[in-house]
Amino acid sequence: MSFINIVDVDLAYSGTDASGFSAQTLAVSSANLTIEHGEFVALVGPSGCGKSTLLKLVSGLVPPSAGVVKVEGKEVTQPLKTVGMAFQNATLLPWRNILDNVLLPLEIVQPYRKTFKRDRKVNRERAEALLAKVGLSEFANKMPYQLSGGMQMRAQLCRALIHEPSILLLDEPFAALDTFTREDLWGVLQDLWSFRKCTVILVTHDLREAVYLAQTVYVMSSRPGRIIKTQSVDIPRPRTLDSTFQPDFVDLVQDLRHHIALGKRS
Amino acid sequence: MAITVFVALWWLCVVVFHIESYVLPSPAEAVQAMVKYRYPLFTHGMATLTTTLIGFAIAVVFGLFLGVLVGSWPLFYAGLYPLLVGFNSVPKAALVPVFVIWFGVGTVPAVMTAFMLSFFPVVANIATAFATIEPELLEVMRSLGASRLDMIMKIGIPRSLPFFFASLKIAITLAFVGSVIAEIVAGNKGIGNVMLVASSNFNVPLVFAALIVVGIMGVGMYAIFDLFERRMTGWSVRRGPSIETSKG
Repeated sequence: MSFINIVDVDLAYSGTDASGFSAQTLAVSSANLTIEHGEFVALVGPSGCGKSTLLKLVSGLVPPSAGVVKVEGKEVTQPLKTVGMAFQNATLLPWRNILDNVLLPLEIVQPYRKTFKRDRKVNRERAEALLAKVGLSEFANKMPYQLSGGMQMRAQLCRALIHEPSILLLDEPFAALDTFTREDLWGVLQDLWSFRKCTVILVTHDLREAVYLAQTVYVMSSRPGRIIKTQSVDIPRPRTLDSTFQPDFVDLVQDLRHHIALGKRS
Repeated sequence: MAITVFVALWWLCVVVFHIESYVLPSPAEAVQAMVKYRYPLFTHGMATLTTTLIGFAIAVVFGLFLGVLVGSWPLFYAGLYPLLVGFNSVPKAALVPVFVIWFGVGTVPAVMTAFMLSFFPVVANIATAFATIEPELLEVMRSLGASRLDMIMKIGIPRSLPFFFASLKIAITLAFVGSVIAEIVAGNKGIGNVMLVASSNFNVPLVFAALIVVGIMGVGMYAIFDLFERRMTGWSVRRGPSIETSKG
């Protein structure tokens, strides 16, 4: 049994169609994924293909319409507490400084919640260590608006990891950043992952990002999203920006691009 | 500055158009009346201030509670909001006689009117703040296993503070309007009552002196909330230099 099993999962959103009748939109259709413990997986596909929906299914925020999502062999029926999440918008709380933003999960999630006040010092040290890891040591006491977009994203990654989740779900985390910042953050994320060894599912529309970071890339077709290609990436780690110019890297990206084009047509 | 110009214009009008003091007194006459009647103005002013603050305090507590309710649960939003808007469209001055029938003449109708007039902006602002929390943030919180209470305490309340203070500033001025109206219609004390008595005696300078007193109290309360707002929600104003370091 793998760490995460997604078996024949459908997800239909109910809404109203153009003529005002209630209709079901099939966002994800018969998805099958198995993800190993500590694996780094990327989901790519055209926009609106249900990539983010698949993330929500794994996190338990949305129940599937059909099929089963299992994490550690147990069926997911309610929001999992062992996930960390990061989004395109940094969603830091503007009234808290960076350190307190990073500490937020510990105030809420068990078992940290019980001892949050008592372990204030330990927690603080943990947050600071994490911030140091992403190069934000000097910014712990700054407010979010005082940081650039890339720095806010680093802080958000720290917040997603502070409670040591076993699964990290990233929904186009770097999409709003400029290319240089984004490529910097690939390195940061790769470091964090090799240091924490948690399971990561990354949703992105950037194929270079997917190949750079992931062990396995899943290509999804346009709505209703189904998985049309599973590609493992064997490029040795740690990958660097230089790797992205190697022929095998470029070939992989080209191949994925081809599959996405096919997925759009179907 | 603006006040100086306003007073100057007022004075100019009175002098240029030879307006009698029982129609429109000059600022000097109003101030003279303030000095002359300082003792009754003070006691009645305090009565009005007390009435207003009680009504306002109830409005804030009630408004906060209802705002959180309406903003957090779509069901309440759909069900209660139209009702609240309807309530707010009713002219409150028309309700004062009803309150008098229910509670008798005196402080209670004034408190009620102040409350009725001032709770709506608080509800509307808090509800908006709660209803517009970013969905991603809610997902982060839900995936951490946050309860409703966590969401309200850790996200909703801090996030709504700027809206809350903005609504307090509107609400306090409306509360003054409410209590003074009630005092005029059915009061036995308070600034509104002073105005009623003064105008029935054609003591128009005193009416204006009373208006000035209300104005000063309103500005004073506004200034207090402004001070609180600056201290508590500095993050939303983003004052101070933001550091522009290298990206990433």
